[in-house]
Amino acid sequence: MIARLHIHRYGTTREELAAVAVKNHQNGCNNPISQYQMEITIDDVLRSPLVADPLRVLDCSPITDGAAAVVLAPTEVARKYSDGPIRILAAAQASDTLALHDRRDITTLDATVSASRKAFDMSGIEVKDVDLAEVHDAFTIGEIVAIEDLGFVEKGEGGRAVIEGVTAIDGDIPVNTSGGLKACGHPVGATGIKQAYEIVLQLRGEAGKRQVEGAEVGLTHNVGGCGGTAIVHVMSR
Amino acid sequence: MPQRYNLVGTHCKNCNEYYFPPRTICPTCRREARMEDHKFGGEGKVVTYTTIYNATDDFKRQTPYNLAIIELAEGPRLTGQVICSPSEIEIGMRVKPVFRILGRDGDRGIIYYGTKFVPA
Repeated sequence: MIARLHIHRYGTTREELAAVAVKNHQNGCNNPISQYQMEITIDDVLRSPLVADPLRVLDCSPITDGAAAVVLAPTEVARKYSDGPIRILAAAQASDTLALHDRRDITTLDATVSASRKAFDMSGIEVKDVDLAEVHDAFTIGEIVAIEDLGFVEKGEGGRAVIEGVTAIDGDIPVNTSGGLKACGHPVGATGIKQAYEIVLQLRGEAGKRQVEGAEVGLTHNVGGCGGTAIVHVMSR
Repeated sequence: MPQRYNLVGTHCKNCNEYYFPPRTICPTCRREARMEDHKFGGEGKVVTYTTIYNATDDFKRQTPYNLAIIELAEGPRLTGQVICSPSEIEIGMRVKPVFRILGRDGDRGIIYYGTKFVPA
């Protein structure tokens, strides 16, 4: 229903939604531990079976088995345990109504807006200083709304940004370099930690073929329900 | 279940706000609130919608069906089914409530009734 209204209000196209899945599958092919090691085309997405119109099977992330872990330590002792510790500059959470129909605006996740503002305040980082982000793309529309609500692009411009390559590995703000929930799979409880793992790899320069050159600041964005809660972390080298 | 059968919510006479589902306290007026039951006329319009093709087991028999966020004339929004062809529903479409079976517990269990919508 978010996608339908986004299309209606901002002129977002079916192809732009599909471009999220296409990009994330491309990235997933360069991630040896992603579930889907296959490229797909916009046509593949548009020909896949309808699930909840306008979303089709290839707009949806798969529910997957998976596990992820991080080791946390106080900054002052982290160097004893790691040559490449990554600093958590901010961890912020916000909530919203459970029911989509009670929201201020159906095409905005206010929880994402609030959590990211808090995280930027806490970290002293501005949105333009973020080098890459892992966002909650459980469905393709989720990534489009996320990059708008995090402030990477203007409201309503998310679809065009994706299809123009703004969020590709070599774009202005690479998003879901791991392949995202779409290509890595979505092991619900492990997804947030898996996002942190990708940012750590990228900031250490260990992301191989999908490495974002010179990445210094990364952001993770995870969502509970359909935006009832959102959590944003900002990390740096 | 007056709220589910008859779209009964509440109205705060102090600030003239309507609530569905019903609230016993007006979150705006709090102790100043003067609440009364209100039976919504049910006339509403489609704010956004989807058509479900792949449903959970309880709703498989009904696929494809339209699910919409409906804004009632008095203001509150709710989520409900709109009974019409998937090609017929559109944003802004006027709808009205009808009393329908919503679901049942298995083949022999309780049948649940409530409100769905049809084009007005």
